[in-house]
Amino acid sequence: MKVSVQSGDFDLGAECAAIGRGRTDIGALASFVGLVRDASDGAGISRMTLEHYPGMTEKSLAEIVEQARGRWDVLDATVIHRIGELKPGDNIVLVVVASAHRGDAFAACEFIMDFLKTRAPFWKKEETSEGGRWVDARESDDVAAEKWKD
Amino acid sequence: MLKILYFAGLREALDRSSEQLAMPSGIGNLGQLHAHLVARGGVWEALGKTKNLRAAVNQEMAAMDAPLKDGDEVAFFPPVTGG
Repeated sequence: MKVSVQSGDFDLGAECAAIGRGRTDIGALASFVGLVRDASDGAGISRMTLEHYPGMTEKSLAEIVEQARGRWDVLDATVIHRIGELKPGDNIVLVVVASAHRGDAFAACEFIMDFLKTRAPFWKKEETSEGGRWVDARESDDVAAEKWKD
Repeated sequence: MLKILYFAGLREALDRSSEQLAMPSGIGNLGQLHAHLVARGGVWEALGKTKNLRAAVNQEMAAMDAPLKDGDEVAFFPPVTGG
């Protein structure tokens, strides 16, 4: 399992290769990459700053991965979240889940993203033509996380 | 002492990211600490007005009835928006 909070970029191909290196029991790799969009709520975005809570962030991501392992057959997982200043088109977040079968890989990958969105202490501030603004939490993200409740 | 951290829009509104506070007498949980901080008035009213305020104790998400003890690390912040 790998969790990283970093300012530098990541490479999807390299992370997928790293997760499968030296093993042949993986039948499915599901991945998600989140990117910075150039517009939000009708306003153009010139750049974005990602703030986080050092220490708690890493712990909460590790806990989310552990919860996914408890629910599905997860052989390995990688979660990388970038912090600091980003611009449209930049990568923000990566989740890769390795499993024996696609069902578990898809579900665990979506679960990790849904929980990261509502549990991990990151905050986005967008720079628009009208100045900086903190992004509001979306109710749809809470709804997405709620659907995993049994 | 309590270590108290503030993040994102709340950090900006309060114009500080952290403070050390001697454990006030009569404060036994997060909600009581919150009320104590808001009662300082001025910019601290922002702490009372933050919509859907979230908090953590010792880096775990916590509800306002979470118990507090001397030496705890407390954080207040708006709902998270990562990913």
